Amino acid sequence: MTPKYFTPDALDALERAGFSRRDFLRGAGALLVGFSATGPLAPTANAQPFATIPLTQVDSWIAIAANENVIGYAGKCDFGQGFRTVQHQLIAEELSVPLERVSMLICDTAVTPDQGVSSGSQAHPTQFGNAALRTALATARDTLLRMAATQMNVAMDQLTVRDGVIFVNNDNNRRVSYGALVGGKKFAVALNPNAPLKDEKTYSILGTSVPRYDIPPKVTGEFQYVHHVRVPNMLHGRVVRPPMVGAKLVSVNQDSVKGMPGNVRVVTKQDFVGVVADNDWAAQQAALALDVSWTTPAPLPAQGSLYDFMRRQPSRDAFIVRAADVDEKLRSATRTVSATYLHPFQAHGSMGSACAVADFRAATNSITLWAASQGVYPLRDTAAAVLGLPQANVRVIFVEGSGCYGINAVDTVALDAGLLSQAVGRPVRVQLSRKDDLVAGENYGPAYVIDLKAGLDAAGNLQAWDYEAWTFSKGGRPTGASPANIPTGELAGFALAPFVPTTTPTVPTAFSNNSNAASAYGTGTVAGRSGGTGILSSERVLVHTLQSPLFTGPLRSPNRLQNTFANESFLDECAAAAKADPVQYRLRHLADQRLAECVRQAASSYGWDTRPSPLSTRGTGIAAGRGMACCLYEGNNGYCAMVALVEVNQTTGEIKVLRIVTSQDSGPISNPDGIKNQMEGGALQGMGRALYEEVRWSGARLTSIDWRAYKSYKFGDWVPEMISVPINVPGVEQMGAGECTITCAAAAIGNAVFDATGARLREVPFTPDRVLAALRAR
Amino acid sequence: MPSLSLRVNGKPVDTTVDDPDMPLLNLLQHDLELNGPKFGCGLAQCGACTVLLDGVPIRSCTTPVSDAAGGEVLTIEGLGTMRNPHPLQQAFIDEQAAQCGYCLSGPMLYGKVHVERNPNTTRDEIIAALDGLLCRCHTHYRMVKALERYAAVVRSGAKV
Repeated sequence: MTPKYFTPDALDALERAGFSRRDFLRGAGALLVGFSATGPLAPTANAQPFATIPLTQVDSWIAIAANENVIGYAGKCDFGQGFRTVQHQLIAEELSVPLERVSMLICDTAVTPDQGVSSGSQAHPTQFGNAALRTALATARDTLLRMAATQMNVAMDQLTVRDGVIFVNNDNNRRVSYGALVGGKKFAVALNPNAPLKDEKTYSILGTSVPRYDIPPKVTGEFQYVHHVRVPNMLHGRVVRPPMVGAKLVSVNQDSVKGMPGNVRVVTKQDFVGVVADNDWAAQQAALALDVSWTTPAPLPAQGSLYDFMRRQPSRDAFIVRAADVDEKLRSATRTVSATYLHPFQAHGSMGSACAVADFRAATNSITLWAASQGVYPLRDTAAAVLGLPQANVRVIFVEGSGCYGINAVDTVALDAGLLSQAVGRPVRVQLSRKDDLVAGENYGPAYVIDLKAGLDAAGNLQAWDYEAWTFSKGGRPTGASPANIPTGELAGFALAPFVPTTTPTVPTAFSNNSNAASAYGTGTVAGRSGGTGILSSERVLVHTLQSPLFTGPLRSPNRLQNTFANESFLDECAAAAKADPVQYRLRHLADQRLAECVRQAASSYGWDTRPSPLSTRGTGIAAGRGMACCLYEGNNGYCAMVALVEVNQTTGEIKVLRIVTSQDSGPISNPDGIKNQMEGGALQGMGRALYEEVRWSGARLTSIDWRAYKSYKFGDWVPEMISVPINVPGVEQMGAGECTITCAAAAIGNAVFDATGARLREVPFTPDRVLAALRAR
Repeated sequence: MPSLSLRVNGKPVDTTVDDPDMPLLNLLQHDLELNGPKFGCGLAQCGACTVLLDGVPIRSCTTPVSDAAGGEVLTIEGLGTMRNPHPLQQAFIDEQAAQCGYCLSGPMLYGKVHVERNPNTTRDEIIAALDGLLCRCHTHYRMVKALERYAAVVRSGAKV
């Protein structure tokens, strides 16, 4: 057993916590803090090498060492958004211990509680909710106070905790430390959802801008990403992907790499092809040289007519909201407004191509995977299915990778590494080429066509709203039951469940805004109950989901971004038709005061001048304008509004975003600078996606193979001034913080272009050609 | 098997390589186990692999290792440590100028060279000096502010 089985983070955490050795209580699934002579978590021939950690036990989440250090275990990871630091703050705060005494292990399927996937902006609300980390901490604190009360023979309400020491009030000589009470021992209590939480008003660590723990090692190059996991005896692999979407393997000419340096070996399984060599460079050369024959598949739907194609396909149809009076209210309207919005497939396009390391051990028929996955637990189950191993013989250890923004290629590359390691019986590191990462590893954010129609009354107010969308789906996050949700699962021979169109649309029984398909201005009334943020009851929302030619999956603000682009641009069109100020028009139709407050805060921080848009419709040269957009992310998970100031060059069609002002209410703020960093990054990423990003193809061949073909916001263009206004709302539940501003960006920018020029942008990305076409259409 | 001598972060490196066309990045990341310069694209399109070769920022993913023979390579590890960070690193820490941080070698090293040559630089000049680099987390705003902060340190005459 080598110490490399823990990442440096984990080893550091263990050592700082005073655990030079830890035992693993097999079978019972509980962690036992101990000091036996065996190495940590050594895989053995045991039939159950890796247990599952239960969510319900305090010992799954927290351990206190005799030296007073605290170690936390969590199943929610950090991929650059700073959530590890926030979890440290939560532990230190809720236990009243200094931050320096806290260490954490996160997302190791054999060590940390199974919290599924870190996604959907759910990490923050989950850990602060009533069945996870915060509850475990409150239970631990309550248990410690009870133990101290018994030991010192005083009532619990006579006790105070300072820096991990429990004092009898007004008697500093009577005290006992956490370490003296439980150091090195188990709590052996279940999570108690009624355990008293620390009063937010007494917080001294949460709510402060604790600097990110990971930034000093990142700027000094000491940080170990998954790309730097180095296991003894490790080989290097590369994959050879089908050159066209849907191509099947015909044959591999092994002679084509014979004699190449690095002891090259070729591995195939169904349509999966990979090479393994002694070093990375040899593996890269061999992958390029390997002669592979593939079938020629049918072409993809032509890109130029993709959006028309989407309207004609068999689909699964679902009403999200269906008020009975929409047609009547559209007929009786003083005027109607209608428009169609188009959004392309987009890539996660991580900075570092995806990488994973796998170590298959034939002696134990078990494997360890180091992966940057957002979902190590479902990846464990997926890998077990693909590799034909019992789930208990698979351990997945999260190691941070390049920012992923959803399900990029990091899960699929973990399967690549697993297949290669299993085939050669040695640890194998695989990093995808840039091309394979962009076109053969991704689950793209799906394309959308969205038709919108609104009826306005004589005063210009909305009286009906009709939304109908067509979007694609294929795969998604992988599970043990569906490995084909990601590319390597399909290549390895698994199939997706057949796509079955519906004959009549499903009708909802309860309201969900379904990834912001329902606009912010509806009441969201379903079965007599309202869940929306607006005042408009006459709304109809119908979504058609089509079988996608390309893999799809969550990409930061999945579907919420596409829907909000359409809904918030269209609201702006309605405001313009009503000759109303876009901010005032929003406020007139919003019922939810937290969302309204975001709108007001963004507008006032920008210095919004109340007037209708556009400023001008016949200008030439460079014109400037401002636009607003807002959302309640997923209908319940983060309020946000954005104002963008843009300049439009009406000769070249180029857009330059000069300033972005955002306001955001995600409930109580855990880390003010952290939320600002997320607001700024999200806003700029949303701007980049709105202006540049589109996955492209020709025939059956994806052509977005590198950073020249897949355009992206880069340094050198310009950098907008960023003004971020987090709104702290104590005393309510935490909401997600990482996907709010990105959701608003395309509409805010498009609305600003309209304000500046009178040209309406209805297709992302807003390329110069499309801007010029919209200017001509004025 | 050609032998190769160079200096990396001030230390002599004498090694042999199978292929003189192997990228310098492979030597740094896999043989010397440095984590600062990273593989992003292998095409000199993103800057994650940036190092200074004899004081000039280059893309180590497309620079043959033989081109570095006899040269002095500096990676972000060579600037300073967590315990004793270089003022440039401290500026990035002070601005909390990273999300995933995978791209950092590019903005830090291109920024360092630009700022040290032009201590009176402007924000627009800093942005232009970083032309061609990517940050997919879109941390551009904070990184530019960090380089402005570093420029102030350089102007103050502090040892950098």
